Amino acid sequence: MKPAKFDYIRADSADEALRLLAEYGDEARILAGGQSLMPMLNMRLTQPQVLIDISQTDDLNFMRAEDGTLRIGAATTQARLEWREQLKNEVPLVHQAFPHISHFQIRNRGTVCGSIAHADPSAEFPLCLLALGGEISLRSKKGSRLVPANEFFLGTLRTAREPDELIESVSFPLLKPRQQFAFDEFSMRHGDYAIVAVAAVADVEGVTFAVGGVADRPVSQYWRGVSGNDMDAVINDYSQSLDAQNDQHASAIYRKHLVRVLGKRVIERVLS
Amino acid sequence: MKPIRSNEHATISLRLNGFERTGHAEPRMLLCDFLRHKLGATGTHVGCEHGVCGACTVRVDGVAARSCLMLAVQADGRQIDTVEGLTDSDGLLNDLQQSFKRHHALQCGFCTAGILMSCMDYLQRVPNPSEQQVRDMLSGHLCRCTGYTNIVNAVLDTANRRTSA
Repeated sequence: MKPAKFDYIRADSADEALRLLAEYGDEARILAGGQSLMPMLNMRLTQPQVLIDISQTDDLNFMRAEDGTLRIGAATTQARLEWREQLKNEVPLVHQAFPHISHFQIRNRGTVCGSIAHADPSAEFPLCLLALGGEISLRSKKGSRLVPANEFFLGTLRTAREPDELIESVSFPLLKPRQQFAFDEFSMRHGDYAIVAVAAVADVEGVTFAVGGVADRPVSQYWRGVSGNDMDAVINDYSQSLDAQNDQHASAIYRKHLVRVLGKRVIERVLS
Repeated sequence: MKPIRSNEHATISLRLNGFERTGHAEPRMLLCDFLRHKLGATGTHVGCEHGVCGACTVRVDGVAARSCLMLAVQADGRQIDTVEGLTDSDGLLNDLQQSFKRHHALQCGFCTAGILMSCMDYLQRVPNPSEQQVRDMLSGHLCRCTGYTNIVNAVLDTANRRTSA
């Protein structure tokens, strides 16, 4: 038995989860798939007093293509999204990223919103959400608000979510005409956390380039009207501007090198 | 639902390999520990205890999942399948297990219980996987004996036999 003691409450509805969050605030943690939170509990990196389990909360388990976005509820597993047949036509970038997202057994329980809430700087879902300009829907007893991905991630495991707020859903913009997508990453072993992950989204006017695993949060840059010829210099400058981190897996210089190599690869793919 | 307090021993009833089983656990007890220590089902092995090694993989309502990343209280009312349920009532190995034996897909066997449970789920969803797909699925498991080649061969052979039968 590894986690420290906590009270456990299974929320039967989103409203119950919100009521409990209002009552316990930052003494509570939301347990959805548990694929990030449970390791942290097992290693006692976090010791909440209360766990609010939303993994079996039916009204948070949904996927809806509506108003130009694919909305994914807080209790929806990554596997449910992965096995959605229309995904490759709805959000092709996420479809391309899926083979890199952890392992089959983890995706079976891990949730999309949980990965966004955890805000690991090298995780793929935050990177894709940022690259596509998606939104996070936060709800508390007091009300709801929508936060764009570029304002949500504040640093390693830090987000704009308030303690009494629940990530009710996240919205990925649906494919628009003439968009192209590419995703690539480098990790020590397939399915492991990325050392560097990159995504590119091209439309008729320009390219959005997003990078994960380098700074303390996923970052992105939009270039209007660039052609293949300028790309080397542009990616080189951008990789140098990143606030890269050293850790036991890779040096900051190596990470910037990977951004150049992988960046060139994905941008060539979306412009060709 | 009514809160389960941290020192309270909740009653947990689940269906383990087709049999109704009941035990008691505090909220912080992991499902793998509950299976092993409370229900005596020691076929499920516990390795890293933080979701990396895959040794403790079981099926929860049919879906392969890490039992070290799930609480026992979350398994209440669910169907849990472990390696003990793979053999038939005479104790004969199932086709996947026989294939592992034939291909020498295990040596010490510590990781095998988890790998078998992953494969059972995966082959139901993808009856005819490519070698790359099998390797992707196996990337969620650590095996330090085999170098994986024989495991891949065993899984592909099982898939072939099932789909050509």
